[in-house]
Amino acid sequence: MTIKTILMGAACAFAFAPAAMAERGSDGHVNIIYWQAPSTMNNYLSGGTKEMDAASVVLEPLARYDETGAIVPWLVDEVPTVANGGVSADLKTITWKLSEGIMWSDGSALTSADVKFTWEYCTNPDGGCANSNYFEDVVSVDTPDDLTAVVTFGVPKPFPYGPFVGGNTNIIQMEQFKDCVGVKAQECTEANFNPIGTGPFMVDDFRPNDVITFKANPNYRDPNKPAFATVTFKGGGDATAAGRSVLETGEFDYAWNLQLAPDVIGNMAAAGKGTVISGYGTSVERIMVNLTDVSADLGDTRGTVANPHPFLSDIKVRKALSMAIDRALLTEIGYGETGKPTCNVLPAPAIYASTANDGCLAQDLAGANALLDEAGYARGADGIRAKDGVKLSVLYQTSTNAVRQDYQALIKQWWNELGVEVELRNISASVFFGSDPGSNDTFQKFFADIEMYTNNFSGTDPESYMGSWSCDQIPSPDNQWQGNNMPRFCNDDYQAMLAEMAVTGDIDKRAELAKAMNDMLMQDYVMLPITHRSDVSAHSNTLGGVRMNVWDTETWNIADWTRVK
Amino acid sequence: MLTYTIRRLMLAVPTLLFISLVIFLLLKLAPGDPMAQVPLTVPPEVKEKMREALGLGQPIYIQYVKWLIQFFWIEPQVLFDSIFGTGFAEGKLRVISWQTRSPVMDIVAQRIPQTLWVVGMAYVVGVLIAIPIGIYSAYKQYSVFDQVGTFISMIGYSVPPFFSGVLMIVIFSVFLGWFPSIYDTTLVVDSWDSFVKQLRQMIMPVMVLALQTTAQISRFMRASMLDNLNQDYVRTARAKGLNEKVVVMVHVLRNSMIPVVTVIALGVPAIFGGAIITEQVFKVNGIGQLLITAIQANDLPMVQTLTFMFAILIVLFNLIADIMYGILDPRIRYD
Repeated sequence: MTIKTILMGAACAFAFAPAAMAERGSDGHVNIIYWQAPSTMNNYLSGGTKEMDAASVVLEPLARYDETGAIVPWLVDEVPTVANGGVSADLKTITWKLSEGIMWSDGSALTSADVKFTWEYCTNPDGGCANSNYFEDVVSVDTPDDLTAVVTFGVPKPFPYGPFVGGNTNIIQMEQFKDCVGVKAQECTEANFNPIGTGPFMVDDFRPNDVITFKANPNYRDPNKPAFATVTFKGGGDATAAGRSVLETGEFDYAWNLQLAPDVIGNMAAAGKGTVISGYGTSVERIMVNLTDVSADLGDTRGTVANPHPFLSDIKVRKALSMAIDRALLTEIGYGETGKPTCNVLPAPAIYASTANDGCLAQDLAGANALLDEAGYARGADGIRAKDGVKLSVLYQTSTNAVRQDYQALIKQWWNELGVEVELRNISASVFFGSDPGSNDTFQKFFADIEMYTNNFSGTDPESYMGSWSCDQIPSPDNQWQGNNMPRFCNDDYQAMLAEMAVTGDIDKRAELAKAMNDMLMQDYVMLPITHRSDVSAHSNTLGGVRMNVWDTETWNIADWTRVK
Repeated sequence: MLTYTIRRLMLAVPTLLFISLVIFLLLKLAPGDPMAQVPLTVPPEVKEKMREALGLGQPIYIQYVKWLIQFFWIEPQVLFDSIFGTGFAEGKLRVISWQTRSPVMDIVAQRIPQTLWVVGMAYVVGVLIAIPIGIYSAYKQYSVFDQVGTFISMIGYSVPPFFSGVLMIVIFSVFLGWFPSIYDTTLVVDSWDSFVKQLRQMIMPVMVLALQTTAQISRFMRASMLDNLNQDYVRTARAKGLNEKVVVMVHVLRNSMIPVVTVIALGVPAIFGGAIITEQVFKVNGIGQLLITAIQANDLPMVQTLTFMFAILIVLFNLIADIMYGILDPRIRYD
């Protein structure tokens, strides 16, 4: 490990040596294209990736994740840990010491009051802050002096890096936003569009859903950075056009989110003007199995734990459905080089990835058929299996998306071979992923037997992600069908492991617990992961210094981007 | 004529109010959630808070009345303020977009120039090409020119811009490298160089859109000319010894223009509506792109305001077309 790290370090040092010597603004202009255009520069009001990436050109958190997922100090000198005394022994406080001399782009000094204000801004109940969950359990932020911010949690936090770490919780300037708290947050257009930041660039002109122009921040802490004087951040069009503008015509330097068919992006890259880059985060395309009965005759108790599913509550059926799926083939068709088949709903970071379920990678139709025979489901005259008059007939829903419909068609074919009748349904993403409790078509309400979508978690700590499948996250009429536990899974052993994780600080122990929870979900077949998806972007061959980062924003190190001559 | 105009304008008020109610109710009935684009990593209870902050919890009639007041009372004040520097609208709540949390009208004002430049220019170019083609095609009916013109019109009618636009990009941007494939909305035309740049980036979208306009208008022009060419007054004019140029360009053309002008006037509101597909293909980011992104994001105030503005324009240009009839053709009188 050490030799490899040293070599990598040397290689990096060598690669970035010219960048370090460049002068601020000496490399002119850089063009970035995001085919979904940012609608605001204030990431607290959107929560979307595109807004987060745009904001991160200007705004910065105290620490952030690098491309390996490690936490690196950003506006501080070191990341507080228990070892260096920055995190208290009871895991309830974390003390951030701001680096000296950091200035906002307007020339005023960054102080701990800004850090405290950021917390107040996002946790105001009327503000509609999209990232307030990162401040969960924070009871106070104290500022003993101008450069010290002490974050106190109400409960022990083994992983205290939720607030102020990563592109979701950038520090905003108190002076600029002090009149924009609460309901006023929505109306502060000037501040939301032109936030003052500590980052390498400042907003020159923001046109919502169209284009942003940035210019270098004259007060940036490193006098030689950024290498670019101006940035254009263009939005609009579609992924194909964005890829074309970087890889084929060379008009743009960086294109984000190129989820394109494998052959399309391959042909573009063949033009030789740019490079496709990808990184595996935590996104997994998965099938959720509904453990509750959703038959419409049940009225108000439809889709609630009061009514177990007539046949999907039988683990043998769920297992057979999983065994019938050829994950490698699906992934090859849908994602090519940019995805890999997976048997885990928690596939990354590496220390959390289990290998206990890899058996699912091989399709086993014969085995699945045998399993259903064993479970007592016999084929009827129409070839569909049934037991005690209950037919194996499922409604399989997902959002409207070409790749998902391909997946549906193939999986339907395999399940038909098992003697399972499958009805397919696709729903517009704006309805499916909307959480309108009045609509019966949302993925939370899950009025179907099977559904499929992709989810992930931000940052590198899986605790809250694994918490999605806790009993209290089950969507039901009592919580207006909000909640992340789509399969309606509820298991005491799982709850116990979650509770243990909440008080465990040791990283290896946490990894063990996370793996065990993942294995429990997988071996219970309540969700069937299919593809581990990577984030795909592209940069032109003349743009240097790009380090694709799936743990933070893609623009996290834009200060280091340079023009390769 | 004046009383007619006034009567029509008065009648437009209840029509528009009714349209606004229909738009509002249709949008409310449509499924969808403005929070659907927020990533799944944001917990549902946070989304609920965000929804409340947007005012989604209020009863429907309050939302509608609020919108009416904002659109008909506060927005005109803002316009008045910006022209005369007064302060009537200060501190009043304007129509706010859910996506950007900024006033809808500000974004519309930002987008109108792009759309007028590209879509408006395409309309002008299309009309300028279409009229001579229509005239000549009719005059030389069934000639080679007429056949070719008919063929091109058919192509213009039937090839959708998401095909012709991408085809042009692949030929002229990727292979030949003549024109940019991405429209730069920040370009300020203040010198010869920037003017050339603007021309280069406008050519492809303008041509794609102009092909459609040309196809439509030239067919109208041709048909209208053919109707008139066989009329008795044309024979009379020729018998009087007038030369062909005067017969066709003065007598026939003036009479043939009447229906064509109406068609052209009725097409004008569509310019302000932008060109949803062409704007997306060339990344022009005008009104059309604004509308489609707002629809995708379920940004109801934005969709409501934009569609209602189109409604106003359509009602207005219908009136203008009717008045034009009266002006062009002395036989038509409304009073």
